[in-house]
Order: sequence, then structure tokens, then C-alpha cells
Amino acid sequence: MKNDQTLGEILRQQGISRRGFLKFCVATASLLALPPGMVPAIAAALEKARRPSVIWLSFQECTGCTESLTRSDAASIEDLIFNTISLDYHHTLQAASGTGAEDARESAMKENWGKYVLVVDGSIPTGNPGYSTIAGISNVEMLMEAAAGAAAIVAVGSCASFGGIPHASPNPTGAVSVTDLISDKPIVNVPGCPPIPVVIAGVLTHFLTFGIPELDELHRPLAFYGKSIHDRCYRRPFYDKGLFAESFDDEGAKKGWCLYKLGCKGPTTYNACATTKWNQGTSFPIQSGHPCLGCSQPDFWDAGGFYHALSIPTEDTARTVLYGAATGVAAGLALGGLNRARKAHAARKHEKVTINDLEKGG
Amino acid sequence: MARTTLAEFAIEVGDAGTHNVQPLLHEIRHALAQLLEQGKETVIDLRSIPLAPGEEAAIEQALGEGEVRATLSALGPSDFRETSYPGVWVVTHYNRDDQIVGKFVEVTSAPALLRSQTEDIAAGLQRLEARLTQDGGGRVV
Amino acid sequence: MTETEFLLWVRGPAFQIATAIFVVGIIVRILEILILGRKPNLAEARGSAVAGGFRTIITRTWPDSGTFKRSGFTLIAGYVFHTGLFVTILLFAPHILVIDEVLGIGWPALPTPVVDATAVITIIALVVVLLHRIKDPVLRFLSRFQDYFVWFLTILPVITGYVAFHRIGLPPPTLIAIHILSVELLMIAFPFTKLAHAFTLFISRWYNGAIAGYRGVNS
Repeated sequence: MKNDQTLGEILRQQGISRRGFLKFCVATASLLALPPGMVPAIAAALEKARRPSVIWLSFQECTGCTESLTRSDAASIEDLIFNTISLDYHHTLQAASGTGAEDARESAMKENWGKYVLVVDGSIPTGNPGYSTIAGISNVEMLMEAAAGAAAIVAVGSCASFGGIPHASPNPTGAVSVTDLISDKPIVNVPGCPPIPVVIAGVLTHFLTFGIPELDELHRPLAFYGKSIHDRCYRRPFYDKGLFAESFDDEGAKKGWCLYKLGCKGPTTYNACATTKWNQGTSFPIQSGHPCLGCSQPDFWDAGGFYHALSIPTEDTARTVLYGAATGVAAGLALGGLNRARKAHAARKHEKVTINDLEKGG
Repeated sequence: MARTTLAEFAIEVGDAGTHNVQPLLHEIRHALAQLLEQGKETVIDLRSIPLAPGEEAAIEQALGEGEVRATLSALGPSDFRETSYPGVWVVTHYNRDDQIVGKFVEVTSAPALLRSQTEDIAAGLQRLEARLTQDGGGRVV
Repeated sequence: MTETEFLLWVRGPAFQIATAIFVVGIIVRILEILILGRKPNLAEARGSAVAGGFRTIITRTWPDSGTFKRSGFTLIAGYVFHTGLFVTILLFAPHILVIDEVLGIGWPALPTPVVDATAVITIIALVVVLLHRIKDPVLRFLSRFQDYFVWFLTILPVITGYVAFHRIGLPPPTLIAIHILSVELLMIAFPFTKLAHAFTLFISRWYNGAIAGYRGVNS
């Protein structure tokens, strides 16, 4: 399949009817969180779109993001790989390995220099280069080389977007995000641990149809990360009423009350879980009775305990109070003693004024 | 030892829900009036609205079952169902693995995808003509 | 600094700093007062100083009719915002969780809509007392910068808390962070301003009552 054909041409060649194509566009509009009225515009854009070469680099990661993407339902992975994008390098999914695989990456880069989309999952260690290598090449080196020729970079997952779990304190590998290293390319962050599959697919599709999506200050596409979980949570009315589950097995939990007290990070987490949901729109963590961990937020691993309510301080305040009290008592006693000594001193030096003193002074 | 089964842990939806069912039905009523008066069609993406478990079913139940039910087979099946309110359709698209890829309420006299598409008609015409030429002069098979 | 870093900072190091200053400051100030003590009264006691002290702590909670007639407005507005602060600070579920975490004691919360309404009433009462302070010539004459400053520090957490709960204007993580930061400012200023009256109030009442009690008079 040549890359200079438009998507419309490719689909027609495969015998996909106009109906099928329009259905694909309808699903895409839903995927991109665009109003259904945008379908004709999407159809026109997809018709003319050319399959971009995609190079997918995996660094310090767990492959959860790839696992998530391969379960994307809107465009099944086969459709996505073979119709919409040309996935030229993905060392987990591709059949080739070793030198063959690296050759594929290098030739794809050379052929599409300046035009390919670079997808990154996993954080990049900046400590010892040996912490994470592919074919003997350090992650930083491979990223910088591939980024130089990329039209755009998509950082998939919280690790690539914000450093994620490898970046968690004490960050032994010196892990950083893509945006920490690269600033001269358009970067789209698709955070989540993992991100919702259709969101990964949606961002790639948006790039194909309308280019770089509208982003917030953390480079997240607003279409998916514009609203917090809390603001779109079906359990919100319980929060507003102050009806909370106190434990995972009490009456409140069974009645589906708000999970704030059990540590829900929904109020400060931006993601599409509450509307797009997971597993073909079946459910999302809160619907299953578990608080949101805030996995798509920066430093979610260090943002206090998962099961600590959002209002609770992240550090050990009880210890601070104890030490503070001890210091306070010591300092108070010392100062009190000092004050008493001054008072006694002043009293000793105090001389009564007599009538003679006044006459002398006058 | 008595163990708590999963069923005992079933989470109730409670009576609160999202309160989005009634407004959605009102939106459909508005759309239906617009269709009648101005011929303007509306499509509502059910996935773009926060809904509590069971609320989607509640909407479908409220809309009921109408006279027409059609199935499309292109890149997986699609289900078109007219509700008990003529002009209101519930459209569900599936992919080839029978997973739902989109669910919509369409307010229209007939969903656009049910109509034969101009490009497909043209392609079909070509095929028919080619076949007739191949068969040599109008012999009906 | 991103909004998440800001939130993590106020929930982490900033809260530690504020807590340390608050705890050390309050204990030092109370100990200073107690250790300084009072001059021994050489006169013969005509009643119990201790009983007088405790009685006054309780009796001064309710104003006598004379005071009420003279400045009923100040009293009512004062009671409203103090009660309001008590409810919003100590009976709101997320706040109780903090206290439980730090001190290991918790209690049931009021329904959120009740706390929400109380916050509005508290804000109104605080604005009213400020207007009264500015309008009344005597009060205005007696007011120093600190009086306006502590008023500001007091109303700020109530307003930021209300705005954060209703998620108005800014991104919610920023709103929550601003709310926590405003509380931290209040905690830091608390021991070193007139706000310390929350702790010294009962000491001074006790001294007043004890002096009167020793002399055998009611105060």
C-alpha cells in the first residue's frame, strides 16, 4: 500500500461502500467528541487524507498504553494500522526484530523526514544512559534523533506526558517527559495510565483529519481533557448533597454514593472517563465503585495516598504538629523564663520617687 | 464461613442519577417540533452526555418501539430503529467485532445512511452495465 | 508552575510550614502569658478566684441587656459570623477528614447544602461588620491596619472555599489550591495578630473573673 494514496482511494479499493465510509466518519465524529453535524467536514477531510508514516517509540513503559490502544473499539486496530496510518515501527507490535526492525525505523525516518508522526510511550531516563536502551541506543539519543524529523509528536500515556511512575519520587533513573526534552515541535500529550483507547485513536485520527487538535496548557487535547471527571460524574449529585461512602463495603458504597472520602481524585483530574467510559462504553472506575486515582494528572503517584481524600495534606502533618508542639513548649518556656527575669530585673531596679526627687528635678 | 458474593455488592444507581433523562427527552421534543415545522434534522450523540448506569436504557424505554427496524451491513452491522414517536430514531453502530462504536438519537424522517448513496449508486450502475456488456446483449440471467 | 504543581505544593510543603508556624506560635504565646503570671494580691480573699474565673468564662458568653442595647448590631453580626465560621470550618466533611488525619479525631459532618448556605451567610455577615466598622466614627477611629488585615485573612478562605466548591471561574485544581493557600496564610498570621483571641479569649476572661471573684464581687 503506497503512502501517496488518499484514504478515500484506499477505502474504495478495498470495496468499502460510501455508506461504510460515512459510518466510519460518524464513529470518528463521536470519537473526536465533535458534534454529529461535523460528519460532512470529517468525510471531506478523511477523503483527502494521506496515510501518515507513524513511528512509535517505547521507552520506560509497561506496554499498558499499547495494550490499551489495541483494544480501541471505534476503529479496530487493524483498520487503524492498515487504513488510517502507516505504522512503520513499533517494536512490540511489529513482526520484525533486531536489525530488521531498526532498519525499518531508519528507512521510515529517511523516507518521510519532516512528515512522520512520532508516537512516544514511556518516560525517558536522563541518568545513566544504560538504564534503558533499544538496540544499544539510549532512549534520549533515539528520541532526539527521531524527533528532529517529526512533523508532530504524540506522547501517549502519563509516563511520556508527565514522567509517570518512573518519575515518581525518588525518581531513580532521572525520568522525564517528552515535553521536558523537546520544545521546538508540536507535542500532543495523551495522559492516562493507560489513556482511554478511543482517546489515543481519536488523537491520531484528529491529526489525520484536522491536524493538531486544540490543546490546553499541558498540551492535552481539550476535546478529551477539557472537563474534570467530577464535573461529568454521574455521582456528582451525591457529592453536592454530602452523601459519601465511608468504606468500600458500607451502605453508602452499595447505594453508589460519592467516593470523595475514599480518596477520589475526580475533582482535580481531567479525562474523558465519565462520558467516553471504558470497555466499549461499559463503565469506568467510579461506576464500578472505586475512586478515581487521578492517573492522567502530572505526579499522580506522589499526590498523596490513593485512598486519602483530596483535602488531606500530602505529607505527615500529625508529626509536624507533634514536633511543633514540642518546639513550642520549649521556646515558650524559654521565652517565659526570659520575660520573668526581665520583669524581676525591672522590679529590682525600680526606685520609688520621693518628694525630694521631685523638688530636685523641678 | 459466610462470604459476601459479588451480587450482594451490586452497586445501586440510587434515585439521584444525573437528571439528564428528562432534559434529553425535552431536547428530542424540541428537535421533533423543528423537524415538523422547518424540516431541520437533529442528531444527538448519546456518548457525549454523562449518564448513570441504566439511564441510557431508561431513555430507550421512554422512546419505545416503533414501526420500522432496519439493519445495515457496512464495516460491521448498524441498527436503525424508529421509536414509538415517528421521526425519532435510535441508531446504533457496531464494528466488525460487534462492539458498539456509537449510539445516536436521530430526529429525521429517515436516517441518511439508510438511503442509497450517490457514489454507491454510480458504482452499482457501472457494475450492472459491465455485467450486461459481458453477458452480451441483454440476455437476462 | 502548573496548576498540579501548585496544588501539590500547597497540600505538601506549604501546609507543613503553615502548620509548624501555627502550632509553635500559639503555644509560645499562650505559655508567655501564663508564665508571666500576675502580681500576688496581698489583700485578704473575699471569695474564690477560681470559681469567679470559671463563672465569667461562661457568663460572658451571653451579653447582658445593657451591652445588647448599646451595640446589639455588633453582637448579632458577630455571633452570626463566628457561628458561621464554626460550622463551615468544623462541620464540613472534607475539613473533618483533615482534622481526623492530623489529630486522629473525627465527628459527623453536616449535610453539604447546610454548610454551603452557612458559608453565604458568613460572608454576608463579615461584609456587614466591615461596613459597620467603616461607617461608625468611633470604630473607624479605633481601627488600625491590622484590623482590616485580619478581616481580609478571615473572609478570604470562606470566599475561596465557596468558589472552589462551586468551581467558578478558574480550573478546579487551581481553585482548591488557592483555597488551601488562603487557609495557610490565615494559619501563619493567626498567632501573631488579634486572631489569637480564639485561644487567649478564655485566659483573659478567666483573669477578669478571678480578680472579681477574689474580691467577692460578680463580674
